[in-house]
Amino acid sequence: MAMTMNTPGPTGKRHRLDRPELLAPAGNLEKLKFAVHYGADAVYIGGQKYGLRSGADNFSFEEMREGVEFAARYGAKVFVATNIYAHNEDIAGLEAYLRKLEEVGIAAIIAADPAIVETAQRVAPGLEVHLSTQQSVLNWRTVKFWKDEGLPRVVLARETSLEEIAEIKAHVDIEIEAFIHGAMCSSFSGRCVLSNHFTDRDSNRGGCCQSCRWKYDLYVDGDTVTGEDENQFTMGSKDLCMIRHIPELIEVGVDSFKIEGRMKSLHYVATVVNAYRQAIDSYFNDPAAYELKPEWLDEVNKAANRPLNTGFFFDTPGTEDHIYEAEDKAAPYDFAGVVQSYDETTGLAVIQQRNHFKPGQEIEFFGPGGTFFKQQVGEIRDVEGNVLDAARHPLQQIVLRTEQPVKPMDMMRKRIR
Amino acid sequence: MARKPELLVTAASLEELRRLAEAGADAFVIGESRYGARLPGEFGLEQLEQAVQYARSSERQVRIYAAVNNLMDNATSDTLPEYLSKLAAIGVDAIVFGDPSVLMAAREASPGVPLHWNAEMTSTSYAQADYWGRRGATRIVLARELNMEQIIEVKQRTTLEVQVQVHGMTNIYHSKRSLVDSYLGHLGKEPGGLDSSLGKGLYLTEEERQGERYPIYQDAHGTYMMSSDDICMLENLHELLEADIDSLRIEGLMKTPEYNETVVRAYRAAMDAYADNPSGYRFNPEWLNAIRRVQDPERELSYGFFYKEQVY
Ligand code: SF4
Repeated sequence: MAMTMNTPGPTGKRHRLDRPELLAPAGNLEKLKFAVHYGADAVYIGGQKYGLRSGADNFSFEEMREGVEFAARYGAKVFVATNIYAHNEDIAGLEAYLRKLEEVGIAAIIAADPAIVETAQRVAPGLEVHLSTQQSVLNWRTVKFWKDEGLPRVVLARETSLEEIAEIKAHVDIEIEAFIHGAMCSSFSGRCVLSNHFTDRDSNRGGCCQSCRWKYDLYVDGDTVTGEDENQFTMGSKDLCMIRHIPELIEVGVDSFKIEGRMKSLHYVATVVNAYRQAIDSYFNDPAAYELKPEWLDEVNKAANRPLNTGFFFDTPGTEDHIYEAEDKAAPYDFAGVVQSYDETTGLAVIQQRNHFKPGQEIEFFGPGGTFFKQQVGEIRDVEGNVLDAARHPLQQIVLRTEQPVKPMDMMRKRIR
Repeated sequence: MARKPELLVTAASLEELRRLAEAGADAFVIGESRYGARLPGEFGLEQLEQAVQYARSSERQVRIYAAVNNLMDNATSDTLPEYLSKLAAIGVDAIVFGDPSVLMAAREASPGVPLHWNAEMTSTSYAQADYWGRRGATRIVLARELNMEQIIEVKQRTTLEVQVQVHGMTNIYHSKRSLVDSYLGHLGKEPGGLDSSLGKGLYLTEEERQGERYPIYQDAHGTYMMSSDDICMLENLHELLEADIDSLRIEGLMKTPEYNETVVRAYRAAMDAYADNPSGYRFNPEWLNAIRRVQDPERELSYGFFYKEQVY
């Protein structure tokens, strides 16, 4: 993405003409489709090997092919995370795997291990290679190294501030991708082997068991630092959220806005992508008049698993940026269903059930571009027309009257608190 | 005189360096914390120069490697060319790096000075060794999370020198955050009211792992959590010697000079005995007993990951 600058805006900063890419995670094919439908310009997924989320569903080559075709209809791309640090025994099979990714139409791999970077360049030149955040790149000289190595894009370390990004952009003409939303390692990426030590699971090959979120007792020479009734020590971080700072990110020249979360739900991916898509588009429609809309923030909060913060973009995180209290994971809303079809003449929608719901509950519908309304669940029926007291069965087709028109792939969530 | 393999140690001061050289160390990795990660002591350029002068004049011709293995930010990376050219002028025997910015700067500023790739937990395969080799590194320092089989295979397949850690603690977590200060803030205490720097005796425990104490400390680059045990490969050192591993490292961080001297002597004795007569080599339990006598009873001597299978 070549960077183009034009006239300075009201803040004295320049507005970019090129829209940054909104890059979303997709743990499976369905999530990929929703991420794209809700406005992602690109999605990143994991294959069966070489990716760091060994717990995610992960794609077969067939699913990748289907995902690529689906994304292409929207003009979107699919990237594959091959971000492990390979051990000797992982090297055999790498060439064939990378060739296959190229063949099924993957646009880029996200790699950290230089052995994987170089192998991809050699055997699958049709794949772009993006340097993963697992390399913890913090400075322009290192970015320059990877550019000289032929990489078109570097994903910076999450520890890089906006100021540092500006400096990197000033020195090196390369695409910069930055995480803007989601959970974070509290360590430098790749520089944590807590899981290896605690559970014999290799974190740099996908075995991380989130030990940084465990609770620890802190001692000084045998005396505990923690008083009675005080929370224990932990390294667990709040989650990143930059929705309030879209103009700063655009103006500093971030080329790809990356959302974390290949393990996250369909509801999460659609909600978060939707909010960022609107914010980015709103900025480009009229940068001078750009304003943060409270509903974007509301939306993001409805999907949030943890309290949010701005990571390292403005300052090194401190006390307020870590979670010492017991984690309360529940968001106030829960995914309830997906719209399958809508009949304009009757006003009835067919909803695929994703979580229990029943008449009388408060629900919300939302779709791409910010369409949104609330209502109560009225009478519900199955497709045979039997009245139901609740939608109990996963994936069951439920007929329900919506107060406004809806479209296939619109989502329905219910209030749970 | 080139000795193979090399016994490599850290040192907190010039004095300790001399002492450990006399005890049998062949090489030292030292430096200053602005550029080098988790160093037991500061060696500014002046001290580094003194160390090099000592090394040159020492009877055993020890070698000095400069630790430049931090993850660099922009400001530090801007100073690299100057720093590296000074290291070259001083005459260090190698530059240890873990961030490609150092390689970029070294091409201009310190051509001819050997480069050792040490990214700690992410240096994991022969293919990676070869990659950095093609870009100018002469040595790969392997991740402590590899096992013996993997280490031996790397050595067989790469042309680079291979270094492994055989003794001492290891870093298991590095964050840029000041996590102890953050926690003190949560408790309503003054951040900095508790000195959490290296050697101040802070450690963590975890409920399911009673008896394990994980040292933790902070410096200008963030927070480090360290292993609760000390690797000790002395008893099985012959396996690494047979595999022709080029450099065996003793980590002296958070240990006294007495302790480090004892450890160096023990490994020196084992390595010399092996060199004298590889086929007749026998492990002498006295070597290990000497270490046991100075070992902190709270810290187990372990084989690290040398004989472990990990899953993921
Ligand atoms: S334990 Fe925490 S810091 Fe370590 S790899 Fe896992 S998520 Fe990252």
